[in-house]
Amino acid sequence: MQLKVKFFASLSEQTGLAETTVNADNPATVLDAWKLATGDQTMPVNTLCAINMAYAHLDDSISDGDEIAFFPPVTGGCT
Amino acid sequence: MTALLRGGAFDPWQELAHIEAGLAKGTHGACASFVGTMRDFNVGDNVHSMSLEHYPEMTQQFLDTICTEANGRWNLIHCLIVHRYGEIKPGEPIVLTAAWSAHRAEAFDACRYLIEELKARAPFWKKETTDTGERWVHDAPGE
Repeated sequence: MQLKVKFFASLSEQTGLAETTVNADNPATVLDAWKLATGDQTMPVNTLCAINMAYAHLDDSISDGDEIAFFPPVTGGCT
Repeated sequence: MTALLRGGAFDPWQELAHIEAGLAKGTHGACASFVGTMRDFNVGDNVHSMSLEHYPEMTQQFLDTICTEANGRWNLIHCLIVHRYGEIKPGEPIVLTAAWSAHRAEAFDACRYLIEELKARAPFWKKETTDTGERWVHDAPGE
């Protein structure tokens, strides 16, 4: 199955990726998408993820055509 | 309900006036608003500018969801979120949240809900430029 994988903020800088497409076996999880897209780079412990723009967990299952996103803790608004 | 992402500077008072002008007169007795503005300091360092990155589709969807949630929890006439992205200078507004209701308690509570939920969950990431270079705010000491 084909997946779109996006990276934001420091994770984009760290992986050298903003957006990529990967082919994964079915079934697969969000963590599998990370490994395929990054070449199994180490994932920072505080990494957050989303499936089709909804917060998800690394062990959540993914489906063909999903958009998977990885990003660091959010810092919107103001203090 | 209105949730807007802005790539350039905005005037929060004009945003409030614009919404007010569209509301029927006499329907609301209260408007509570919050404006977050960029500081020129953070965790002990001078901050010269900031770049605010977001995940456009998810961020817009998330702001819409927060407005819908607030509208479901309180009896609101209207609520508003305006949030910047891109390059921001000290003194410029970053975010505006506002809620209109018949009475003040609901307006205050809803306005606070909007900013607290946004801050906790909306996909934005700040990168500051300080005297010693750039840093992501989530990596800054004390954050």
